[in-house]
Amino acid sequence: MTQRWPILVFALVMAVIPYVPGVPPFWIVLLDNIGLSALVAMGLVLLTGVGGLTSFGQAAFVGFGAYTTAVLSANYGVSPWLTLPASLIVSGLAAVVLGLVTVRLSGHYLPLGTLAWGLGLFYLFSKLEFLGRNDGVSGIPPLEIGSFRMLDPGTIYYAIWVAVLVSAVLTMNLLDSRTGRAIRALRRGHIAAEAFGIHTPRAKLLVFIHAAVLAGLSGWLYAHFTRAVNPTPFGAQAGIEYLFVAVVGGAGYVWGGVLGAAIVVILKEVLQSYLPLLLHGSGQLETIVFGILLVALLQLAPTGVWPWLTARLPHQRGRKKPDTSIELPARARPTGASDVLLQVDKARKQFGGVIAVNNVSFEVRAREIVALIGPNGAGKSTTFNLITGVLSATAGHIAMLGQRIANAPPQEIVQLGIARTFQHVKLAPDMTVLENVAIGAHLRGHAGPIASMVRLDRVDEAKLLAEAARQIARVGLADQMDQLAGSLSLGQQRIVEIARALCVDPMLLLLDEPAAGLRHMEKQRLAALLRELRAGGMSVLLVEHDMGFVMDLADRIVVLDFGTKIAEGTPAAIKTDPKVIEAYLGAGA
Amino acid sequence: MGERQVLNTTIMLFLIQDGITNGAIYALLGLALVLVFAVTRVILIPQGEFVTYGALTYASLSSGQMPGTAKLAVVMGVAAFVFDLYVIRRSLHWERVLRSLLLNVVLPALVLGVTYWAAGARAPAGVNVLLSLAIVAAIGLSLYRIAFQPLAHTSVLVLLIASVGCHLALQGLGLLFFGAEGQRGPTLLDASAIVGPLRFTGQGLAVYGITIAFIVALWLFFGLTLYGKALRATAVNRLGARLVGIRTTLSGQIAFLLASIIGALSGILIVPITTLYYDTGFLIGLKGFIAAIIGGLVSYPLTAIAALMVGIIESFSSFYASNFKEVIVFMLLVPILLLRSLVAPAAVEDEKD
Repeated sequence: MTQRWPILVFALVMAVIPYVPGVPPFWIVLLDNIGLSALVAMGLVLLTGVGGLTSFGQAAFVGFGAYTTAVLSANYGVSPWLTLPASLIVSGLAAVVLGLVTVRLSGHYLPLGTLAWGLGLFYLFSKLEFLGRNDGVSGIPPLEIGSFRMLDPGTIYYAIWVAVLVSAVLTMNLLDSRTGRAIRALRRGHIAAEAFGIHTPRAKLLVFIHAAVLAGLSGWLYAHFTRAVNPTPFGAQAGIEYLFVAVVGGAGYVWGGVLGAAIVVILKEVLQSYLPLLLHGSGQLETIVFGILLVALLQLAPTGVWPWLTARLPHQRGRKKPDTSIELPARARPTGASDVLLQVDKARKQFGGVIAVNNVSFEVRAREIVALIGPNGAGKSTTFNLITGVLSATAGHIAMLGQRIANAPPQEIVQLGIARTFQHVKLAPDMTVLENVAIGAHLRGHAGPIASMVRLDRVDEAKLLAEAARQIARVGLADQMDQLAGSLSLGQQRIVEIARALCVDPMLLLLDEPAAGLRHMEKQRLAALLRELRAGGMSVLLVEHDMGFVMDLADRIVVLDFGTKIAEGTPAAIKTDPKVIEAYLGAGA
Repeated sequence: MGERQVLNTTIMLFLIQDGITNGAIYALLGLALVLVFAVTRVILIPQGEFVTYGALTYASLSSGQMPGTAKLAVVMGVAAFVFDLYVIRRSLHWERVLRSLLLNVVLPALVLGVTYWAAGARAPAGVNVLLSLAIVAAIGLSLYRIAFQPLAHTSVLVLLIASVGCHLALQGLGLLFFGAEGQRGPTLLDASAIVGPLRFTGQGLAVYGITIAFIVALWLFFGLTLYGKALRATAVNRLGARLVGIRTTLSGQIAFLLASIIGALSGILIVPITTLYYDTGFLIGLKGFIAAIIGGLVSYPLTAIAALMVGIIESFSSFYASNFKEVIVFMLLVPILLLRSLVAPAAVEDEKD
């Protein structure tokens, strides 16, 4: 995303348009409307396309922005420039309230909540005395800079499009940062993100606020553009239309929001002028067409127009290679205090009547590779989930370096130096290998969302990317660094997960079936890597079914069967243990 | 708002009765929403349009007008037939083509024919009710085929957006068919009984009776019958359901058929009591949603109880603050979501996109 010149060209073209002789004034009005709609759609892109959350209530946030400035500037004579922060804060606060209520809920409650909320607010706008009820507020002053008053569509045009361009750049900066990666990982579920310290409810709330503030900005501009507000443009219908804009343009792309706004505003104009002639009907005919188009679009082109367009352009992904010489400070490791790293003591997990893990005890010492084996359903992955805080234990203790960690959330456990991979690969397939791996270093960076938007995060960011690149090179995938994670083979994706875990700078690495799907040579390379890590001071706990791999590699093996530990010992001892043979091959063997 | 009115026992009983009547309708709709969500994962926003279509088709027929919905049913049926043809184009089994033709085209066309006759001949109320139900049922069935069956594999979110698209289109068509003016229909039962200060109309009693019957029937169907369990299995895991021999498309069709009939029936039940406009159904449907959300989109009894609560709260807020009736009812969702969010179960990850 380092290419800035297309944005500059676009900005120049937009700046020149009003001066082109022969451009009808009506076009400028359309462009103003496109800009206003694009701002809201951009927020939805971040919310829906990137973050996987959906809101039908964005129009209400536009209303908050518009009414705030309308009341303050028209009724109390406050300067519009002072009402701008007020508008943004009011819409942002409204988002905090609704966001806090809904972000912890599963996907579909948020859109439903916003639909009802949007309707409720619409009625509130139209009933409240100080908002002028159905008549709204009129006599809103225009924006002015010195003696320059933005009275007509041609002058406020610049205010609108400066807002669009600045918002687009800030939003793209945000996406291309530590916080942005956390947001982009949201859509693919929260377990992987949380395993690397990302506080997913907070990330969701952040995008929700960002989207609402953009909507509030659009509302502020709208109020000073039309100079009068009434409840109609902030109803449920409008909220649905904004989502339509984002889906049409391409809900995953910031510029998709702008393109979608252009398509929808122009389409609406055309439909409103020609449809009544065609069907001799009255009212709302364009909504019928919109509705049908929306469904058709989801069936035929669910990713929208923008990606379709950019795929047709001569395009090169020019990303600078990260400078791998920049170092991140390493984790402080206790020196020789205790030999035991991880202590699992009578850990137990019950799901209703099923005992998945039954009073299992074992330990992992420093510089040791321990394998956890057992037939399918033995409770290996559940044990992993107990150690990493994805599940909380029913009973028993788990301690890391003597510190109890049972029932701590995953975000805290990763801070203790435990990093993991997953049995079912959990990468964001539409992010590059580098970006996926950099999520592992999330907790080792500090830049916040605001710093990222204005690019004050570059030093921090360079360190994180350098660390990610180093770990990718270490696992032997340097050539695939800029490919999308989803395009790699399953075996390679498992290796990417290991690189991501290594970015934590862990003391203990938990690998869930790392060798599954690897070819013979790749397995040997993986074994060599794990030995090298052990030599460097790291401990590894792995679940694996490939017995040859385990027997060659592990220092010690713990065998589970039906949730119970049935044996523990060196590979040689385990191979001849009658209980293990029975569990694997049956009693008669 | 005027001067503050005083609440006495008679008014309170009256408000509760009114709330329960409305609540019963919300309960019916809430049940249909839970049903469709449980089977297809579709959050059926156009449920409100089924209400409007049912009510206004019945009202139009009763006043001797030809409802546009009958034609829409045929047009959508033809579209559904084309979708079917496209899917089976490689192996044109005549049997399947014929079945699709009968179900999607011939049946709505027959209904259209009967509707022409009924509108001209001022048919009895019973015939009008049956015709209205048949028309809306055909629309519901085709809607599933056209809009949702091709998206059946996608996420809840995509289905929800499509659902909103259908709502937009159907509501716009509603305006086209029925105009912006509201309509009322004739009552189904004229009898009434007076108990103490309250007057129970036959219409009101029909509302209660039908709601209770549906709740019990759905509860039994999904809880106890093999087919009901098969429908629920489809929602949890389409592929798994198919592997064990459940026809997932059929499940979706049945869910939409039931939902559209329940919607239309609710509309027919209330159109003699209140004037309905082309967009009233959406608001009524959303109140059903609030009930369904309280029920977590899974529980039928909880949804029914919640719907009664919504009805009573609405009725009391229209007494105390009639201006803010809608605000209060819709904002009710916020504390409910907060509550659900606090008791939300531990991380269960949706493996689907």
